[in-house]
Amino acid sequence: MSEHAEHAQHAPINYVRIWGILVALLVVSVAGPMLGIKTVTLITAFGIACVKAYLVAKNFMHINLEQRFVTYVIVTVVVFMFLFFAGVAPDVMKDEGSGWVKPAWKAAAAAAPSVHGGPSH
Amino acid sequence: MSSVAHAAHSTRPIANTRSATGMATGKLAVWWVVASEVVIFGGLLASYVMHRLAHDAWSVQAAHTNTWIGAFNTMVLLTSSLSAVLAHQAAEHGDGRKASNLLWATIAGAATFLVVKAFEWTEEITHGFTITSSTFWSFYYTAAGLHATHVFAGAILMAFVAVSARKNLELHRVELIGIYWHFVDIVWIFLFPLLYIAK
Repeated sequence: MSEHAEHAQHAPINYVRIWGILVALLVVSVAGPMLGIKTVTLITAFGIACVKAYLVAKNFMHINLEQRFVTYVIVTVVVFMFLFFAGVAPDVMKDEGSGWVKPAWKAAAAAAPSVHGGPSH
Repeated sequence: MSSVAHAAHSTRPIANTRSATGMATGKLAVWWVVASEVVIFGGLLASYVMHRLAHDAWSVQAAHTNTWIGAFNTMVLLTSSLSAVLAHQAAEHGDGRKASNLLWATIAGAATFLVVKAFEWTEEITHGFTITSSTFWSFYYTAAGLHATHVFAGAILMAFVAVSARKNLELHRVELIGIYWHFVDIVWIFLFPLLYIAK
C-alpha cells in the first residue's frame, strides 16, 4: 500500500482541538505544583509532559502514519537515553562505589546526616 | 510519500524515494536528525536529572527561575507548532501561499520565544545568576541555550522553505521543517518542568 493511500485512510485531525488540549494540559502542569504536594507535582509536571509529547508526536509529527521503523528508531534512542542514565546515575548520586569515594560528600553527610546527597555546588 | 512529493517526483528523479525504506529521502533524513537530536538532548537532560536528584540544594537555585515566563514561552511554542502543522496541511492541498503565510506565523512565534528568552536571561544575569554561578545555572544556560539555538536555526531554515512555498515550489519541504519544529517543541515540553516547575 502506498504511503499516500495510508494517509488517506485516516480521518482528518482537528489540529486546533489538539492545540486546545495541549494548552489545557499546560495550565494543569502549572497549577498542579502550586498545591505543594510532591506526588501531584511529579504527575502534573512530568506525567503531563509525557502526554503532551505523545500528542505532538502523534498528531503534529504524524509518527503513527510513518513507516513502522521510524517509531522503532525513536523508541530505541529513548531506551539508550535510559541506559545511559542507569549506567551513570549511581556514580553521580552515590557517595561511594567500587574503588572510589567522595570525601566531600562523606563530610557533608556527617555534618548534616538528615540531608542526603552531596554539597550544593 | 505525500501527494506533493509525488507531484515533485517527475522533476526530482534522483534518489527522491529510498527503495529500502519506502520513504521520501528528505523525510528519512529529517527523522534521522530527530533521532540524533534525541540522543543529544536526552543525554543532557538525563545528566541534569541525575545531578538534580543528587543535590537537594539545587532547588534553592531553581526557585529563582520565572515559571510564568517559562509557561508563556511554552504557550508560544505550542501555538507555533499549530501553525506549522496547519502549513503542512495547506501544502498537502497544494496551497503554497497559505502554507507560506502559516510558516511566517511560525517564524513569528520563534522570534517571540527568543525575544522573551533574551529579556529573561538579561534579568537573571543582572541579578548575578550567570553560567558560572553554580552547576544548576550551568545546566540551565546550557540546556536552554542549546534549545534556543535550535529554535533560531529552525526559524532560518523555515524562512527559506516559506519563500519557496509562496512560489508553490518544493512544498514537500513544509512537512519536513514541520517535523523538525515539532521536535523542538517536544524538547521544550520537557525542559519547562525540569527548569521552571521542579523547585
